[in-house]
Formats: sequence, C-alpha cells, structure tokens
Amino acid sequence: MSNKVFAKGLAAALAASVALVPLMASAGELVIESWRNDDIDIWNDQIIPAFNKEYPEIKVTFSPTPPTDYNALINAKFAGGTAGDLITCRPFDASLELYKQGNLAPLDDIKGMDNFSDVAKSAWQTDDGSATFCLPMASVIHGFIYNKEAFEAAGVEVPKTREEFYAALDKIKEEGSYIPMAMGTADQWEAATMGFQNIGPNYWKGEEGRKALIDGNQKFTDKPYIDTFTELASWSNYLPDGYEAISYPDAQNLFSLGRAAVYPAGSWDISLFNSQAEFEFGAFPPPPAAGSDTCYISDHTDIALGLNAKSPNAAEAKIFLEWMTGSEFASLYSNALPGFFSLSNHKVEISDPVANEFVSWRQKCESTIRNSYQILSRGTPNLENELWNISAQVINGTVTPEEAGQATEAGLAKWYAPHQ
Amino acid sequence: MAHSGPMTDWRKAKLPVFAFLAPATIIYTLFMIYPLIDSIRLSFYSTPSGGEMAFVGFDNYRTILGDPDWSATFWNSFWNNMKFFAVHMLVQNPIGIALAGILSLPQLRFRNTYRTMMIMPTMLSVVLVGFIWQLILSPVWGVGVDILDIFGLKSLFGPWLGKEGSALITLSFISVWQWVGIPLMLIYAALLAIPDDLVDAAIVDGATHFEVFLHIKLPLVLPTIAMVSILTFVGNFNAFDLIYAVKGALAGPNFSTDIMGTLFYRTFFGYQLQLGDPSLGATVASLMFLIILAGVLFYLFAVQRRLARYQL
Repeated sequence: MSNKVFAKGLAAALAASVALVPLMASAGELVIESWRNDDIDIWNDQIIPAFNKEYPEIKVTFSPTPPTDYNALINAKFAGGTAGDLITCRPFDASLELYKQGNLAPLDDIKGMDNFSDVAKSAWQTDDGSATFCLPMASVIHGFIYNKEAFEAAGVEVPKTREEFYAALDKIKEEGSYIPMAMGTADQWEAATMGFQNIGPNYWKGEEGRKALIDGNQKFTDKPYIDTFTELASWSNYLPDGYEAISYPDAQNLFSLGRAAVYPAGSWDISLFNSQAEFEFGAFPPPPAAGSDTCYISDHTDIALGLNAKSPNAAEAKIFLEWMTGSEFASLYSNALPGFFSLSNHKVEISDPVANEFVSWRQKCESTIRNSYQILSRGTPNLENELWNISAQVINGTVTPEEAGQATEAGLAKWYAPHQ
Repeated sequence: MAHSGPMTDWRKAKLPVFAFLAPATIIYTLFMIYPLIDSIRLSFYSTPSGGEMAFVGFDNYRTILGDPDWSATFWNSFWNNMKFFAVHMLVQNPIGIALAGILSLPQLRFRNTYRTMMIMPTMLSVVLVGFIWQLILSPVWGVGVDILDIFGLKSLFGPWLGKEGSALITLSFISVWQWVGIPLMLIYAALLAIPDDLVDAAIVDGATHFEVFLHIKLPLVLPTIAMVSILTFVGNFNAFDLIYAVKGALAGPNFSTDIMGTLFYRTFFGYQLQLGDPSLGATVASLMFLIILAGVLFYLFAVQRRLARYQL
C-alpha cells in the first residue's frame, strides 16, 4: 500500500469515526445532571455498574457540576436545549418552576412510584399533589453528633431531655478540656439549618406546626418559635471563642480534630467524620423537654431525580428511573453515602453505625421537613434566607428572640396572604 | 510619489486605519456593547412564573427604588460600596503613592525585590486571598492573634470578619492588601518619567527628598493619580468576588458586607431557595452601570479638564 492510499484510508477512517461519535453518544446514552460532585466515584463504581448488570445496553454517564453553580447552570442548559436526560432535583420550588416551564416530565406513570410515601413525594409535587415530577432519592436527618471520649472525660451520659442536654453542656464547659459545642455563625446557614430547624420541631410539633404556618394558623411571633429562638440564643454560651467568624468547615474541623464535644449535625456530615475523626463518635436526636411524650426530628427530603421533558432517550431514562424505585438502589445508595437515607418504603440495612442510629429515630420520633421549604420561600423577602440571617443574629446576640420572631413574621406577612 | 499634504495622507491611510480598527471594534461590540445594551433591554421586561416574557416599562426600577424592602437593600449595598471605595481611596492609594515615592528614591537598595513583593498579591486568585486571610484572622486557627500577642496587643483581637461593625472594613483592608500593587506600579512608572534635571536642580537649591516629592514630583504625577482614582472607583463598584468568596452571596452578618455586586448575584441567579429573577437582576446591573457612568462622567468633566499637565 502506497503512502498516499494509506493516508487517504486513514483520513476516511478518521472522518467516519468523527461522524459516528455523536451518533453513538445519542443512541441510548443517558446523561445525569447533578450538583453532587462529591458522589462521582460512587455513581461510577457502584450504582451505574449495578444498573448495567441488569441493562447492559444502556450507557449512563454521571455529569455533576459544583453545588453553588447548579441552579443557574441547569436553567441555562434547559434554555439552550443542552440539558442531560436525567436531572437531579432540588426540593420544592426550584424543581416546581422547572416543571411549570415544561422542562421536567410528569412521572406518575413510573412503575414503583407507590414505593414512596406521600411525605417523601411532597417535595416534588405540584401544590395540589396532582402531579409528581421527580423520583424521591434521599433525605437527610438532623441531630447532634457527639465525641464519646469527651462525654466520658466530663462524666456525662447521652442526654434524653433538653434539661439533661444543657446540664451536660454545662458540665463539659466546667470540666474545660473540650469546647462544649462546635458551630459558628460566619456562614449563617448553619445557625438556621443545624440550629433553628434542628431543635425547632420539638417546639412546633413537627408537621402540625409546619402545616399551621402554611395555613396561617400559627405565626413566627407565637410561643413555639420564640422558644426555639430563645434556646438558640443560649447556644452562644457553649460555642468556641469568636464563633461569629467561625465558618462551617472550621466547625467540622474543630469537631473532627477532637476539640469539641457536641456538633449540631446534618447526617451528611457522617462520611467526613468517618474519614477524619480518630475517636469514636455517636449521635442523639434533638432532645425534647422533660415529660413530653413525643420527639420530633427534621427528616428533610433533599434530593430526587427527574426526567428532561425533551430528552431523546426518554424510554431508556424511564427504565433507569424504574430501576431506582427498587430495593437494590435503595440499599446501594444508603450504604454508599452514609447519611443520605433512601426515601423508599423498602427495608434497608445500613452498615454504618452512626448512620443507622440516625435512621432509627424514624421509628421512635415523628418526622417533619424544614418549615421554610414548602411554599413559604416563594416570595421576597425569602423566608429561608431570612431565617439564615436572623438565626445567626440571635446566636450573635444582636437581636432578641422576640425581635427575631417579629422580623421573620413581618417578612413573611409582606407577601404571603394567610399571614396578612 | 510626492507627499502633497496631510489631507491626502489621511485619505490614503483610511483603509488601513479601518482595517486595523475593525477586529477590536467588532469584538468589543459583540462581547461588551451588545451584552450591555441587551441587559438594559432585559431590565424593561418581566417573566411571571411559567409565563412568557412581557414588557413592563420602568416597573422593575420602581420595585428596586420604590419598594421599601428592595430599596433598603439596594441603598444599603450602595452605601457599603461607598465605604469600600472610601477605604481604598484613603488607604490603598496614599500607601501606593508613598511606596512609589520611596521606590523611586535613587539611593534605595533592593528596589526590585521590594517591587516584586508588593506586586505579588495582585497576581493571586481572589478566592485564595479570601481563604488565606480568613485563616489568618480565624479565632481558632489564625496566626493573627499570635502576632498581636507578640506586641502585647492580644486583647485587641476579635472575630473581625464575623462582626457587623468590622466585617466590611476588614474585607476592604484585605482588598487593599491585594490591590495596592496597581497604583504603586502606575505611579512608579509616572515618577520614573520625571527628568532627573528637575530633581537635581531642586536638591541643589537645598530641598529635602520629601520636599522634592511634595512640590515637584506629586504635581507632575497628579494626572496619573486621578486616573488611578477613577480605576479604583470603577473596580470597587464592580467588586463582587472577594465578598462572595469570604461571606457568600448573603453577605453577612445581617447584610453588613452586601455590595451591589453581591446584590446583583443574589437577584439574577437566585440563592438557595430564592429563585433567580433575570429581569430584576438586569435592573440592578443597569443601576450599577448608571452609577458607574455618573462617576466616570463626573471625573471626565469636573476633574480631568481641570488637571494641569506639564510638558516634561
């Protein structure tokens, strides 16, 4: 073969392969858009191979973006028609808006959708519950993670009531070798998410209070909310010096370096502590007042998967979604990511002891979700952002609990009719 | 061919002039002027949830400047921006001028080393600068408290980045630390352009170095200082990155570090549960543009025209 012919053949082969690549990519290849860039290995090494064992002909690519860019990026991708086939859904309004714009397909006809409870689905339904547009994946649970050595050093037991909790914190403070509680208010969101939404459900009785806020039967100036802010304000006694400038990673490090006794947590913190902390740690739910017969936990619906309404691979995508309703996915996901708990009704064995402790509270406590998420953060000022700011200020001592209640209520009343 | 005067030259030169200007003009129009105009256009529209974009005239401007919540946020961010700018004008530029003056002294040794050290922070990424200073000033890990301890000033240390009263000033100082190299460089270059004869003559007449700087060098570099000021103004009113990197888009505590850039980001892209509103965001951006334009026009007509320039 002469050089010339060889070169021509090579060029033709190259041209053919270049022309074929896009064709091959679109034939049944699913692209998953996600903000969980931490999870890329878990998807590539565990979840996608497990799916391919059953459906080898469907190729799946997990393509995440940084969490802070995700909302802006996914809107831009939908507008430009380049969004992937499967779209990771934020809870409530962000995804509802995508559905209303016709970007997400309704998923009520997916087989296995009845493996999810109404509460699990509520974060990805229209307000009247008539259509579900994302398949619930996981929730995160709030509580407190504690350093077992620190508790031993101070001679305190795991608290069962609020009174015991603060007695324990006082004792740890007195003993002096550990910071009683690791948290800061620099990033503001911890104060609301791990503070207000963590201890609050015990005051406003979980779902009962959350629904009453939406109906307008309760206001942020009512006792349960002022009491929550009051308890939150007392935290400043137990936080490290200069907590106003301590950020979320600072607090995580303080705890995982073994310098703090208690850490107000989201269950997603477990995997970080597993890899960094060199001491044994456990968890307990936000303790209710002594004598109360029910405890409440924030079991917050956090992540789901939806279908791009304009996906050319809708049939394959539906197969994937159907597979995700099964018990295999539930077990894989909950174990691969300790602290993200499957929302399906399947019984899942979780091997991580702390994650198992968190999920066990579902049996003895009433679950609720964060009260600012459904409907109440639709207007301006945005309730969730307000709570971040105000909770941080309550702990910083720059507003009183009463002022905090009034400010939050005033913000909500500005645009939300049931509160006017 | 004989030259027949400037007119013919210009006519002959026309084609190449346009040819050379065209690429820059096209690129500038496409990527700067068109987006600017389109963003102003967007500020006159509004998109209701799930609906089509509709023309609403000045409604968005009325919301931002008239609605008590929005206008309070907007003016808060505007005043914070003014404070941010004031710190740069009062701290960054005088320090830049002073350092440039010292660097231009003929008898100074290790001049290049100093110059490099002072320019260095300018080349660091803002995210990195924010991160480093957060660590330095951290009440748990920071070396800030240890350094103050050496001078017996430990009691002065506080969580400066976390307090409403000090967060913005602290961030302004961090920004000054990073950017002081720019005025330094520009003014240093202008100082070098001053002929030695002038300085030598003054020294022979018995002036000290400080007097030479104050009475000869400073008036000569005044046009450069004015230019540095307007660059600082434009840069500060467009600022966003440092605040976002250190305090996030909610610019806490209690919006004490909120500047127009972070307000724009929150409005346009949304934040956490708050959905983005492109047209309201475009309105904030247009208002920023108008404020910067007003500042630049003020500079052009009130300052630039009065500056005396000396032929060196």
